[in-house]
Amino acid sequence: MIGGLFIYNHKGEVLISRVYRDDIGRNAVDAFRVNVIHARQQVRSPVTNIARTSFFHVKRSNIWLAAVTKQNVNAAMVFEFLYKMCDVMAAYFGKISEENIKNNFVLIYELLDEILDFGYPQNSETGALKTFITQQGIKSQHQTKEEQSQITSQVTGQIGWRREGIKYRRNELFLDVLESVNLLMSPQGQVLSAHVSGRVVMKSYLSGMPECKFGMNDKIVIEKQGKGAADETGKSGKQSIAIDDCTFHQCVRLSKFDSERSISFIPPDGEFELMRYRTTKDIILPFRVIPLVREVGRTKLEVKVVIKSNFKPSLLAQKIEVRIPTPLNTSGVQVICMKGKAKYKASENAIVWKIKRMAGMKESQISAEIELLPTNDKKKWARPPISMNFEVPFAPSGLKVRYLKVFEPKLNYSDHDVIKWVRYIGRSGIYETRC
Amino acid sequence: MTDSKYFTTTKKGEIFELKAELNSDKKEKKKEAVKKVIASMTVGKDVSALFPDVVNCMQTDNLELKKLVYLYLMNYAKSQPDMAIMAVNTFVKDCEDPNPLIRALAVRTMGCIRVDKITEYLCEPLRKCLKDEDPYVRKTAAVCVAKLHDINAQLVEDQGFLDTLKDLISDSNPMVVANAVAALSEIAESHPSSNLLDLNPQSINKLLTALNECTEWGQIFILDCLANYTPKDDREAQSICERVTPRLSHANSAVVLSAVKVLMKFMEMLSKDLDYYGTLLKKLAPPLVTLLSAEPELQYVALRNINLIVQKRPEILKHEMKVFFVKYNDPIYVKLEKLDIMIRLASQANIAQVLAELKEYATEVDVDFVRKAVRAIGRCAIKVEQSAERCVSTLLDLIQTKVNYVVQEAIVVIKDIFRKYPNKYESVIATLCENLDSLDEPEARAAMIWIVGEYAERIDNADELLESFLEGFHDESTQVQLQLLTAIVKLFLKKPTETQELVQQVLSLATQDSDNPDLRDRGYIYWRLLSTDPVAAKEVVLAEKPLISEETDLIEPTLLDELICYIGTLASVYHKPPSAFVEGGRGVVHKSLPPRTASNESAESPEAAPTGAPPVEQPDVIPPQGDLLGDLLNLDLGPPVSGPPLAASSAQMGAVDLLGGGLDSLVRPGSPCIGGTNFTSPPAAAVPASLGAPIGSGLSDLFDLTSGVGNLSGSYVAPKAVWLPAMKAKGLEISGTFTRQVGSISMDLQLTNKALQVMTDFAIQFNRNSFGLAPAAPLQVHAPLSPNQSVEISLPLNTVGSVMKMEPLNNLQVAVKNNIDVFYFSTLYPLHILFVEDGKMDRQMFLATWKDIPNENEAQFQIRDCPLSAEAVSSKLQGSNVFTIAKRNVEGQDMLYQSLKLTNGIWVLAELRIQPGNPSLTPLQLSLKCRAPEVSQHVYQAYETILKN
Repeated sequence: MIGGLFIYNHKGEVLISRVYRDDIGRNAVDAFRVNVIHARQQVRSPVTNIARTSFFHVKRSNIWLAAVTKQNVNAAMVFEFLYKMCDVMAAYFGKISEENIKNNFVLIYELLDEILDFGYPQNSETGALKTFITQQGIKSQHQTKEEQSQITSQVTGQIGWRREGIKYRRNELFLDVLESVNLLMSPQGQVLSAHVSGRVVMKSYLSGMPECKFGMNDKIVIEKQGKGAADETGKSGKQSIAIDDCTFHQCVRLSKFDSERSISFIPPDGEFELMRYRTTKDIILPFRVIPLVREVGRTKLEVKVVIKSNFKPSLLAQKIEVRIPTPLNTSGVQVICMKGKAKYKASENAIVWKIKRMAGMKESQISAEIELLPTNDKKKWARPPISMNFEVPFAPSGLKVRYLKVFEPKLNYSDHDVIKWVRYIGRSGIYETRC
Repeated sequence: MTDSKYFTTTKKGEIFELKAELNSDKKEKKKEAVKKVIASMTVGKDVSALFPDVVNCMQTDNLELKKLVYLYLMNYAKSQPDMAIMAVNTFVKDCEDPNPLIRALAVRTMGCIRVDKITEYLCEPLRKCLKDEDPYVRKTAAVCVAKLHDINAQLVEDQGFLDTLKDLISDSNPMVVANAVAALSEIAESHPSSNLLDLNPQSINKLLTALNECTEWGQIFILDCLANYTPKDDREAQSICERVTPRLSHANSAVVLSAVKVLMKFMEMLSKDLDYYGTLLKKLAPPLVTLLSAEPELQYVALRNINLIVQKRPEILKHEMKVFFVKYNDPIYVKLEKLDIMIRLASQANIAQVLAELKEYATEVDVDFVRKAVRAIGRCAIKVEQSAERCVSTLLDLIQTKVNYVVQEAIVVIKDIFRKYPNKYESVIATLCENLDSLDEPEARAAMIWIVGEYAERIDNADELLESFLEGFHDESTQVQLQLLTAIVKLFLKKPTETQELVQQVLSLATQDSDNPDLRDRGYIYWRLLSTDPVAAKEVVLAEKPLISEETDLIEPTLLDELICYIGTLASVYHKPPSAFVEGGRGVVHKSLPPRTASNESAESPEAAPTGAPPVEQPDVIPPQGDLLGDLLNLDLGPPVSGPPLAASSAQMGAVDLLGGGLDSLVRPGSPCIGGTNFTSPPAAAVPASLGAPIGSGLSDLFDLTSGVGNLSGSYVAPKAVWLPAMKAKGLEISGTFTRQVGSISMDLQLTNKALQVMTDFAIQFNRNSFGLAPAAPLQVHAPLSPNQSVEISLPLNTVGSVMKMEPLNNLQVAVKNNIDVFYFSTLYPLHILFVEDGKMDRQMFLATWKDIPNENEAQFQIRDCPLSAEAVSSKLQGSNVFTIAKRNVEGQDMLYQSLKLTNGIWVLAELRIQPGNPSLTPLQLSLKCRAPEVSQHVYQAYETILKN
């Protein structure tokens, strides 16, 4: 299991060091600094073995988190734990920075003591942790016995993510379908790979222990129902989507999903990620990029890029940004664009073209002349792909929320009393067109 | 409030100041001081001097302060064991606290204080906490048992904690179950034999129920534990699989990977005909692909595991090629891993796409990545025949870019393509030759030289090209030198008229001016071959080469199976068994896949294990550097090793292809030896006398020099025999023999790596044996042993080891360890290696001793078919330290009286009766007398071996 956990700043100074196992000594702290943080080359692996000791690291801004072990640990678990650790810290004090870590080092030690025991990860749900690890420090005598046992039963219980007795005057929930659409397109416009990775994020402000059921236009479910009600298939069959794979928050009953494909759960209070999913079929690609790069002699490049929006004209895309890479030996760039603003950014080796808003079924164009310095570098310019960023108010996968039902048998509010909000946001993931 | 200020105090006298503050009456000041102490501890300052002062702060109601003090205690208790006792009372008291959080905190911290005296006090509170009413305390206590076991295993057993822990597996709270499982699994690892976890269908059922309810981490503990279980039949395997599959949809990647591990393992037991088998295969693909949208570090772990899964069960992901396409912004470690998997998944169906991608990658920035991409193109050509032409043209395009490392990498792979598809793509040679000057890496130079030599007849200026390399012959690496030698010999055989001078030049460079034995050996072989029979030489050197296989870099099947059992763990990331990177006894228990219970095993195996063919038949396409033919003919110039070349060396044939492949038949057992007579006699170590002489006349003299060199001082040495076949030792083959020379015994070993991975960290150990034989020095293998490479080692032995009588007497049990495993074998050593040099007895002494030893100790033997005269026998035996003391002629028979002494001081006296005249008819009569009659039999055997060889 995890033998120790260290946090370093960008210089390699130790901010937090917690050792869980006897086989990890103080020299491990230095070994990681010398061999990884101060290494001359770029990091070639997130797992490093130095003298039979394995180091797992992740980096958040310029903070290094390293887990150390001498055993054959579950590597996936160690990384999941490190991410979780970051989440927990962020939930307590915001951004993970050197200053915040130093300011909260006592708290971090307290957390580390709680969520890792002898290197075994324990309950690390912030909801539960915040009930008994507080920055003020609990004065034990102020708690009643019931409060104490409520805490412990939540920390260890089956529904470790929610405590009993939550009350809201207004029962309300928000569902955000957040998708990032990824594309890799050849210069000729052929889709090399495209997929949507989506998340359903829920914010719940519900009283009691509500039992929820979530439904979407999942092809398998629709087809199953279609067998029963034949008249509906024609209509809804088209709108259903094929989900390649999905994963759920630990509150979802997986065995029920596996047998009936129904998504039922008791939600944590507040915001959480209900599910993640991935689709690859029938994706609506909101934009198409058509590049044209011409080399005029050895010192000049002509670039023309057309973007076409491909969705309902009534919808508006926002925060559009097209990034056209330029060679390292660029000396000057002239840009003309019909819409938005374009700038050559020498430090980033790219022309960045920004458009605030763009409606569906439109197109826009940019052309640029790039002057090059003559070089005797034999190596050709690698022509990195043109990448794009945008945000659209629909789900490129075609996912639709069909229902989210709430039942709370003990309290007297029904599904109708809950105010529900649904929002779809499609963003660009890695959206690249080779040129 | 900001705590960062605690990090900034660096002035002198700090400890003193802190001491004052810690003893302050004000609570706030105390707390501040403890925080400062912890901050100093964090940055690595030694604040152990404050131990008593900090411990004094322990008695407090403030939980935050208490936790800080505990943190300090955990760090320093070990250095101040006596003072740590001071804390015990508080711990014991806290374990009784009404607040479960405090009870748990106390028992958790106590377990982390590794002081023997404290552990005694820990037992009682721990026993209570294990049965606490609050699950939070119980789950903490469960882990504490593992902690205590780590400090004092015996104590845990004596106190019966293990049984209590086992009971917790049936606890009503899932988290308690999960932690108990984790603790038991860890304890069980250090007791491989004990059936601690005692997994049976009932307990498995409990675990599966808890699996649905516990935290994500708990699910991981349980799944990892389940993976160690072996279901009793395929039905049970299936029912467990059914209950584990829902975990594949968990958001936590580690849960998913651990579930995959259980499924991959239990699938082994399911019949392929089952519908369920197919369903399961289909269910595995999507979650594996989803792992690739996780954070990069997890992607890396996932990709390393997918690499194993793809090798084990290619059918799972065969349609998912696209998801492994490299993204521009992927970290380099993700890119390289994706590339690996792409090559494994490449097939006729998707090759066009793959190639287009690879070509794209070859223009990227990262040098390692680009090289790997270029190499991948070559591997595609070799793997998918239909694509070979396209691959070659892609490679040619890349060569046109003139980017130095791209060109070199391309040439290396084109060489392999030529090997795979002879006489198909030679039209590109001209293009390759244009780039000769830009090659600066040995591998690329060697590849290019190979191409020139191989196709010398099609390259008009082949001689010029090779000659240009020859100028700097001695500055080249061995790889290039060997290749150049072979290439020029090939050239000579193809165009003998114009290149005589060149070949002489290279032969003399290789044999005369080089001190590299490999190079010299190869030079001599060619030289002799050319001089004795040019026709035979042609047949040998220009013989058709065996085809190379298409799969490369495959993990050896046994290792692969083991790694499948470690999916998700570090072992699967390193692609090494845990024993290779875990210290001590922990985690070195070997895991293996469960045997298939269904009947159709034979139909299954070829598909399930595409790598199942013996590794010997799968020479690497790209032989790793240094894997040269080294000791290919075992021409050991040191101690004279007579006898035919080893059967074992056929294993190295993979490497011999550098020679042109033709030599294979020379050494392959079973095939007639072409030059057998020449090669079996030990070649002279002498320097050829007539190097300038024209080939064909002067050189043949060389062979005459060989006679008479064979008998150096030293006893007879048997040819090496295979002691440990590769099959039994995960690809390590050991053959060897024993020698005795000038008073020292040694064990001559040849280690051959027939596995597909590099072997390192060799060590050897002997069991106790009859004569106390023991290694006098550690086993020195200087470089890691690459696949298909072998190494010769002479291990000096002494006889001062521990003695234990073995059966048979000369049995020696040996353990050899390498990075993969420890292997055991036993061998019989010939007794004559124990005959010491001062074994000559004085005549009088001999007579007295002979009479003194009772007659029942006399043993009679016959040695047949030994047509030697008395003198010859005497001198032969003398070479092995059997000394003739007197010779008499009695009734027309020669009587030899001999003595010998063993290393342990046992004298053996012998009377040998030889019938002169017709020794082939009448056997030699041997009478042995010894105070330890059990050695007689072995002495007789030694006589026989000495006399008959």
